[in-house]
Formats: sequence, C-alpha cells, structure tokens
Amino acid sequence: MTNKMEKTDYNVHPPHLCEGYKSTIFRSPTKPLVPVASMLKDITMPAFGESVIRQWDNDLTKNGRRNGEPIGERIKMSGRVTDQFNRPLQNVLVEVWQANSAGRYIHKAEIHDAPIDPNFLGAGRMLTDNEGRYSFYTIKPGAYPWGNHHNAWRPNHIHFSVIGRQFEQRLVTQMYFPGDPLFEFDPIFQSVPKHARELLIAKFRMDWTEPEFAVAYEFNIVMSGANKTPFE
Amino acid sequence: MEKLRETPSQTVGPFFAYGLTAVQYSYDYTSIADDRLVDLSTDGNRIIITGCVYDGQGKVVPDAMIELWQVDGSGQYRTTPLEKDRENFIGFGRLGTGTQAGCQFCFTTVKPGALDGQSPHINVILFMRGSLLHLYTRIYFDDEKSNEKDPLLNSVPSERRHTLIAKQSSRNGNTEYKFDIYMQGDKETVFFDVKN
Repeated sequence: MTNKMEKTDYNVHPPHLCEGYKSTIFRSPTKPLVPVASMLKDITMPAFGESVIRQWDNDLTKNGRRNGEPIGERIKMSGRVTDQFNRPLQNVLVEVWQANSAGRYIHKAEIHDAPIDPNFLGAGRMLTDNEGRYSFYTIKPGAYPWGNHHNAWRPNHIHFSVIGRQFEQRLVTQMYFPGDPLFEFDPIFQSVPKHARELLIAKFRMDWTEPEFAVAYEFNIVMSGANKTPFE
Repeated sequence: MEKLRETPSQTVGPFFAYGLTAVQYSYDYTSIADDRLVDLSTDGNRIIITGCVYDGQGKVVPDAMIELWQVDGSGQYRTTPLEKDRENFIGFGRLGTGTQAGCQFCFTTVKPGALDGQSPHINVILFMRGSLLHLYTRIYFDDEKSNEKDPLLNSVPSERRHTLIAKQSSRNGNTEYKFDIYMQGDKETVFFDVKN
C-alpha cells in the first residue's frame, strides 16, 4: 500500500547525461529540450497489422532453430502494456531482442568470447491483445562484459521496444531479472532514479510457471500519457 | 485511481540491428520498417533524406537508429495499419547508421504536405548507444516559405532554427535534402520535450 501522505514521484527516466555510462558524455544534448505545445503532441503513431507478425515471432526458442533446440533455461515472459491510468494499449507493437544464454549477442560487431548458439537468434515481436497483453517464450539471457570500465558486466536483460498510440508513447527499455547481483555495478541500470529501478525488474510468477516446461516472469509496461485523464 | 508511474527508458544499446533493422544489416530476420516510406504508386514529389549523426567530438555515430514519421503529400498521416507488404504511402521509416559509407542514413519518401497550419515537416525519433532516453526532433525544408509562420519553429530560439532545416540539393536527378544531426557543439540540433 502506498502511504497517502507520500507523493508519488513520476520522474522515472534517466538523465541524458550520466557520466558513469561513458558513451553518454559525447552523445547527450547539452542544451535544454525545447517544450512542445500540446496541440503538436497529438500525433497518432503508426499501427501495425497482424501480417507483420510471423509464426514463432513470439517464441524465440523456435524462431532461430537450424539443427536443434537453443541451449539454456527456457522462460516465459508476459505482461500488459497500459497507459498511466491502467488502460490497455491494444494492438501495439512490442519488439524484443537479447543475448543468448551464454551472454553472446548474434550482432556481428559483438566480440565477447562466448559461444554463439546456432539455434538462437534472440529477436522477436508481437502485438498486444485486447487487454494489452503480450507474451513470448525465450531462453534466459546471460550476463556479458562491456568496455565501459574495468571489469564491467551487464546484468541479464531483455531489450524491449514499444510503439504506442501517441507520439509520446514511444519506449525503448531493458527488462531485468529479480535479484541480479550486477545491479549495483551497472551504470545503465543505475542511471534510473533509485525509486523507479524496481519498474525495470520482472517479477517471478510461480502461478504462471508452466510445469515441466518454463519458468514464468511478469513484466508490465506503462506508457506515458500523463496529461490525459480517463474522463477527458 | 492513482496514476501509475511510467516504465523508465533505457538505451537501445549497440546491438539492436538484428532485432530492429534486420534486413538492412543482413540478418536472417524480417523488418517492420526500412528506408522506404513510399512505393512506386505513391502520389507526391519524391525526395531523398540523407544525413549523418555527429557526436560531441565531431565523429559520425555508426550505431544510431533513426525513425521517421510523416504525413503524405496531401497532409494526411497514414491511419490504416502497416502490413508486411508495405504498400503505397507508408509514412514510417527506420534505419540504423551502420551500413552505408560514412555512416549515412538515406530515406526515400515524398515531400510531406502542410498540416494544421504547420509548415511541411517530418517527425524524427533518434536512438543510440549512449542515449538513455530517445530524442525527438523535426525535419523542415529550406524551400518552404511557410517555415516563417510555423508555430513550432517559432518556439525555437531564432539562432537555433537552422538546425531543423534540411538543405535541398540535387543528385542524379533526384531531389535530396540533407539533414545532419549534431548531438553537441555550436550546431547542436534542437531536440523537443514532448512528454511534459
């Protein structure tokens, strides 16, 4: 229960410049963003039809198979995409990509010395249903090292991209797994205000776990929509 | 009811290509958008939008991703869903900067029409490693008189407006507009706050 005396802090996003994450230093704007009048924000984003989703696009354990099954811990990821008033965003495109169970991305520029899994691509996409729900099977991604600082490792994560209804409802983020010991050492995770970091961590769901098949996690995505109430 | 907190943003990272722009980068996966915002049947004046993204040290950024979203030649956004066989006016484009010489992006589209008293423009969303929160900007065109009356351009300090105006040139008989994006420095591109 939220203490009613405590004001909810809606400032959840990381700053553009976050010196601990070195790439931000020369890639973040130095001048303040220019505010946009409300009429100019009311741009509807593109919608996507069912045809952009292929069979197995919501099953990363199947959509990269060549000669067998991908190696690793099979998991099921599910959740809802809603606005800030808990209203479902229906038929919105959710794209995901991730490393394999050894912590290796299939990306050609990736040089981490961990094996590529010939049966795992690590990318998928889906449309939300009428309740705003999405769901996909995948292999739990491994941690991997990066060059930000000495002995830098990223916590296990899955990248998400969501194209919502309105122009302001565009989100690219990373979802993490509960209890990861690398959280406190990762400047990307730490870039988010402390109170909001929990919003990036999936919840383990025993009740959604499929017996003899896959451990389940829930990750709900809340899209911007701050200035519109349900009654407007 | 109490308003929910948004899901915080995180960087797109360096390895988005096989998921978000797979065909462009020759990965064995499909793409939902690419460099083409129109097909051969689309009405309007065909144009090419090119440019690079420069970091604060003046280096081209080889791992940015750019999304464009615009109205058609008559000033209408596409309202029907985008399908696999992207036909006629698409209006939505997406490219990474890692496949062309010089890390350029190069989109094919039609010149957008005017909309609601605004000068013709294209909405731009920019993502990259090192950007924890995507950035919004706009492409205007240097041959549009109506720029002078555009409400958003006019809300930008006059000395920075030029950063939003693409410059026309002609290449191989095509009308091309150049729109470079500068993250920092004297020419730092204007980015907009659409959330507050």
